[in-house]
Amino acid sequence: MARHTPFHERTSVLNTTQLWSHWAGYLSAQRYQLSEKFEYFAVRNSAGMFDTSPLYKYRIHGRDAETFLGGLLTRDIRKCRPGHAQYTIWCDDDGYLIEDGVVIRQSETDFLLSAAEPNLAYFQDRIGRLDVTIDDISDEVAALALQGPKSREILTKLSPEIESLRYFQTIETKIGGAPVTVSRTGFTGDLGYEIWVENANALALWDAVADASDGYGVLPFGETALLMTRIEAGLVLIDVDFSSSRYAWTDADRTTPLELGLGWMLRSIDDNERPFIGRQAIRRELAAGSRWHLTGLLIDWKDWFNLYDRNGLVPPKDHLPGAYESILYDDAAEPVGYATSLMYSPMVQRHIAIARVLPELSTPGHQVNLEVTINHKWQQVKATTTQMPFYSPPHKTA
Amino acid sequence: MANDRTYDAIIVGGGHNGLVNGSYLAKAGLKTLVIERRHLVGGAAITEELYPGFSFTTFSYALSLLRPDIIHELELVKYGFKPLLMESTFAPMEDGNYLLLGQDHQANIAEIRRHSKHDADAYDQYSHDVNRVCRAIKPLLDNIPPDITSRDPEELVRMASLAQHMRDLEPRVLHNAVRLLTGSAADFLDDYFESEILKATLSSSGIIGTKVGPRSQGSGLVLLYHYMGEHDGDQSSWAFHKGGNGGFTQVLARAFQGFGGEISLESPVARVITSNGKATGVALEDGTEFSANIVVSALDPRRTFLELVDPRELPSDLVENINRFRFQGTSAKVNFALDGLPKFPALGDRADQFRGFTNIGPSLDYLERAFDDAKYGWYSQRPYIDACFQSTVDPDMAPPGKHVMSGFIQYAPYDLKGSDWDTEREKFGDTVQAVLESHFPGFGDLVLHREIVTPLDIERVVGLSEGNIFGGEFLAPQMFFFRPAPGWNQYRTPIEGYYQCGSGTHPGGCVMGAPGKLAASQILKDAKP
Repeated sequence: MARHTPFHERTSVLNTTQLWSHWAGYLSAQRYQLSEKFEYFAVRNSAGMFDTSPLYKYRIHGRDAETFLGGLLTRDIRKCRPGHAQYTIWCDDDGYLIEDGVVIRQSETDFLLSAAEPNLAYFQDRIGRLDVTIDDISDEVAALALQGPKSREILTKLSPEIESLRYFQTIETKIGGAPVTVSRTGFTGDLGYEIWVENANALALWDAVADASDGYGVLPFGETALLMTRIEAGLVLIDVDFSSSRYAWTDADRTTPLELGLGWMLRSIDDNERPFIGRQAIRRELAAGSRWHLTGLLIDWKDWFNLYDRNGLVPPKDHLPGAYESILYDDAAEPVGYATSLMYSPMVQRHIAIARVLPELSTPGHQVNLEVTINHKWQQVKATTTQMPFYSPPHKTA
Repeated sequence: MANDRTYDAIIVGGGHNGLVNGSYLAKAGLKTLVIERRHLVGGAAITEELYPGFSFTTFSYALSLLRPDIIHELELVKYGFKPLLMESTFAPMEDGNYLLLGQDHQANIAEIRRHSKHDADAYDQYSHDVNRVCRAIKPLLDNIPPDITSRDPEELVRMASLAQHMRDLEPRVLHNAVRLLTGSAADFLDDYFESEILKATLSSSGIIGTKVGPRSQGSGLVLLYHYMGEHDGDQSSWAFHKGGNGGFTQVLARAFQGFGGEISLESPVARVITSNGKATGVALEDGTEFSANIVVSALDPRRTFLELVDPRELPSDLVENINRFRFQGTSAKVNFALDGLPKFPALGDRADQFRGFTNIGPSLDYLERAFDDAKYGWYSQRPYIDACFQSTVDPDMAPPGKHVMSGFIQYAPYDLKGSDWDTEREKFGDTVQAVLESHFPGFGDLVLHREIVTPLDIERVVGLSEGNIFGGEFLAPQMFFFRPAPGWNQYRTPIEGYYQCGSGTHPGGCVMGAPGKLAASQILKDAKP
């Protein structure tokens, strides 16, 4: 039987559709009301509450915790000071991505790492003789995200210190009487926060945030609206934009950090003081070049319109992310890449996609042709490579 | 260059069409000036803080027909274009029941089944049929119509391609198009539906802004226009621009300035200066003169042809046509600042029904009776109301927990028999408020501020003749070939260099922008050496 998150007593009442998906064994709302698009606009124009409790959460602590994570994680954890968070990844020996997640450094020796998939055995097997303990606190700690331009104003009413919290900073504070960790992080590409709380205090936290949100047009939002915002934010998603190398069958199904646009995490790769898993393979890739480069795609709105119109159809503007991969071609009909996430973006007012292309096409402004199926035929629509994120309001990092 | 008053093009009137037109001209490299009489641009698409903390969309209040090419060609996203979603239509009934249609197709079918199982099925057929007509008609919105009076080969080609377009349509689509373009909304809807509330709700978009009842011939055309509205491809919902339609016209103004255009506010224009049948500039009421070889009127046809220029310079058949061009504004607004959302008894504490349009017009008879009052020269005693609690969509429109309501009211004829709007204004407001009170008991207790906008106020403030919100009635004899007059439906005027781009030109009113854009394409084509 699917389990309930600590917020379920509230979310089950709010979810008027009773449409749930199954995430890490928990019921997770797909949408709370009849219009996921309305929830999406709450995030983009006011703020939205998202129950992100099904994330796997690991408390990693001990004298050697930094050394351990330094060897495990691709991004340099030494650069993450206490009170800060890092978006990070971990790779296998061949430099292929296993997963991504967010790590919060609560003290010199205490870290909270969250990820979408289970990693406990993999992490524990790599502790060896180091003084490190990993507690899987997934079922003991709930997480509530408040995302959107009004989130700071609302949370500041509950804890004034939050006002000065900077992008990817974290603090320990109290909300609704409950001790919480607040990180200025999220998956929406907007101003936003994630609040971590013991299960016993989860409802008190939810109620406090809901009360403080009253009158602001804040809505709970489900997975569909979250997936819309994350594509606009240019954030890649496991099992959609990449597969974990641990479970991939072929290298074609594996991805390296460089291929996924995460090269910026590799700034200290030449630092011999920090060997980490996959480092040598990534160094070889840096020298030899990558198979693919990540890019954003802007679909040519006029070509999209004309293509459907020629086929006797009204051009769709479907904001629901497509659950399929689309092949990209050059003008000579040679395959040059593939798009993994495609949607109509209300903020960009055109279709956008997250894609991988041959390295020579990775700079912005290259034209490719995206395959779409219309009237049972493969047809192609023009698209241009572009930098991501597609949507990045100034308040995201301000 | 402060004293340099010479431009390539001057647009008289900073409404949305004037700004769109100016943007295209400026983008093409013309030194362009938009002259606006008021202290802000936007025309009838403005947002004003009329009560502290509450933003009112005084006149125009939703966005749905803006042409997509304008969004992209003028790079409006870069300048802050942000159409939010109005997700539903809520139609309260007189017996306390209601119809609530929203974004979820399955839920809509279930909701219609509450009223008629037959109609639940017919609804899909209706939507499909009307959507097919929309697809057939939309290209007409995006192209300059042929000049029916011309034998110019180019015009004959245009006529031929129009005929070809019609011939390519399936007979059923073509017939439905003609039924809608010439017939009544009620007749069309009667062929599909039995439920009064469903027919009334759908037919109400056939009367908006127009002096017709749902059973009048001509309401089908208005219905079709509004049916073409959408939010991001969603035919069933409309957009509310961030900050209201004033927020939208500010985006347009930024785009215009981004392309190098200049705006002169608080500059009432006295006349267009002409010399030997050519436009040479514009004179303000204070005597300031600006010169340009291209002058564009974004005002309505009456002001364009009878006020800005001397009608004696124009062919008399054109003057005659413009003189009889119907304005007869019939719509008003009553906007409210509210202490909270009203309650609809059957839905208890629920409030999500207010996140779109609240449509008060529960039966065809109700709407037709409301029209009857107008036919005989008075405002409706039980008016049709299209209300939007806009702060539910954009919380920044009102302080937290408070709300602003835009109320579009019909019918309110410009000419009142035996009285005038200055005398009747408050009584009219009370009439509207009484209807709201009857559906939402306790509504009156929520009212913090009330703004009444009669057709006379629309004319006085915005300048739209007789307060017609479309810059001239949406009636078949005034559309397409004939908007605003046969032979002058291609944005030109008999005065060389003098053009028209307001809602009184093809394809007409609503915040569509197409007149401004199409006029610009004509101007730029004419300007080519």
